[in-house]
Amino acid sequence: MKNLKKSKTRSKTEKSIVERILLAIKSNWQLYLMAMPAIALLFCFAYLPMGGLIIAFKKYNFKLGIWGSPFMDPWYKNFEILFKNNSMALNAIKNTILLNALFISVGTVFALTLALCFNEITNKYFKKLTQSITFLPYFISTVVVGVFVSGLLGYEHGVINRVITFFGGERIAFYMEAKWWPWILLIVNLWKGAGYNAVVYLATISGIDSSFYEAARIDGASRWQQTKYISLPLLKPTVITMTLLAVGKIMNADFGLFYNVTGDMPTLYETVDVLDTYIYRALRQLDDIGISSATGFFQSIVGFLLVLVSNWAANRYSDEGALF
Amino acid sequence: MKEKMTIGRGIVYLFILLFSFVCLYPFLLVIGGSLMTNSEAINEGFRVIPKEVTLASYKILLGNSALILNGYKITIFVTVVGTILSIAVNGMMGYVLSRKRLAGRRVLNLYVLLTMLFNGGMVPWYLVCTQYLHLKDTIWALILPSVVSAWYIFLIRNYFTGVPEELWESAKLDGASEIIVFLKIYLPLATPVIATVVLFAALGYWNDWWLGLMLIDNSSKQPLQMLLRTMISNIQFLQTMSQQSSEVQAMLASVPGDGVKMAMVVVTTGPIILLYPFVQKYFMKGIMVGAVKG
Repeated sequence: MKNLKKSKTRSKTEKSIVERILLAIKSNWQLYLMAMPAIALLFCFAYLPMGGLIIAFKKYNFKLGIWGSPFMDPWYKNFEILFKNNSMALNAIKNTILLNALFISVGTVFALTLALCFNEITNKYFKKLTQSITFLPYFISTVVVGVFVSGLLGYEHGVINRVITFFGGERIAFYMEAKWWPWILLIVNLWKGAGYNAVVYLATISGIDSSFYEAARIDGASRWQQTKYISLPLLKPTVITMTLLAVGKIMNADFGLFYNVTGDMPTLYETVDVLDTYIYRALRQLDDIGISSATGFFQSIVGFLLVLVSNWAANRYSDEGALF
Repeated sequence: MKEKMTIGRGIVYLFILLFSFVCLYPFLLVIGGSLMTNSEAINEGFRVIPKEVTLASYKILLGNSALILNGYKITIFVTVVGTILSIAVNGMMGYVLSRKRLAGRRVLNLYVLLTMLFNGGMVPWYLVCTQYLHLKDTIWALILPSVVSAWYIFLIRNYFTGVPEELWESAKLDGASEIIVFLKIYLPLATPVIATVVLFAALGYWNDWWLGLMLIDNSSKQPLQMLLRTMISNIQFLQTMSQQSSEVQAMLASVPGDGVKMAMVVVTTGPIILLYPFVQKYFMKGIMVGAVKG
């Protein structure tokens, strides 16, 4: 009798869980239905590829697909090929990290300087006009940027080479000499992104309580002192958060920048071949699924760990800035 | 308040002026280059203001007008349909995630968030798109992969979370369904954030060449940006050669390559530049609300 009662209550609670789910679906089915398109698309274009990372351990067979293809023997063979005697892949890893580090450090300092300068402009129209102009390059595709750069650096008609010859110098075949390109891409990256990033910093500056500045002015602080002792310290959290989040993405290069702006010239691979361009070539030009998927696996996993660490750090630093 | 003009202030103005010029210069150079005669480009190099203005480059471009017009058609279709889908799908998801008492909301949140932190990368994505979803060489290949964005979803969700709950309650009391509440009450209230998402999505689709590069081999389905890219790589190939062989160099002289390329840039980027003055403030607003907090 007692037992019966017990099982009855259990079945009652079990039922109520099922019931609760059914009830939730019944009362909220419209909401779940509205979420379906996003769920389905994310499943197709984000979750399926995540699962597809397993291909890095397999011998890809076109007919059998990602999940049907047999595993490599030994299972890490693709990685063995990748990391042994493959200077191209190691070069791409090195370039990715070094160039991104260069872009992040110089880019942050430059955008910050630009934002602080904009903040000093008192003429409203001048400020609006120049801000619009510096924001403009953000709107242009990297393909078009590639044309801009070739117009400047081209061997025959390029403006830079015209200037060099005007002053009696020797033309530089930019597209044949790898040594220039880290700096060229740094400048292009600044050109394209500084206006955008300055807007972010300007938003933070405009959020600063104006009574700080008033108090400082009453104490006779100069504009430079106000910048140094008020704006900069209060910008610090934003700068650190943005930098940490950028560091989290250090394994991912801007494919458009490295592929379109360099024109994918083999002569430049030494200094500006990055993981994304390397994987692209292995996949689309060499049809080598083994190498490209192993490199991609490395990039995804290391990238994920870095994102977790950088977000953890951003969270520790301030509870506002991080992604989660 | 009037500020006095000091040396420091002068330097600041000069720096801004200089950087603005650097930002603008390539645009002017390309417009100038597209209007130049071929012989001037060869003798003098590119200039912002050509000595002699000609529409020859545009005429050559119009000679291939079927291809260009088709590219325009593809790009416009992709931009319009993609933007509409994007705002519908992300808007609905953002609305769902803003319903605080919905069972399973946390799981859904995590489902979206995880895609911001981790991705399978290019190779599995390519294999899934071509082998399992059969997108290769279809127009949907240019649209579907970039419809959903966790960034847009959270941007919209955050805005909706700030809408007073009473509005939702009173609408429900009147017997409105969720989709009606979303369409009739929430969307109109969220005009600023919707405008931002629409513009970012539209810009992304208009400027996209990545999906064309990866998933479209058939030139009749290539969007404008990809046509431009193809044009560049063919000309560039000639240029590399021309440094070695005089024969190719001679051939290149008769082919007005660079001017056409620049005319093509004007044709593909023109619409963005024309719209830019009217829409840029929405982009700035969008960055301000969404840039730091994802």
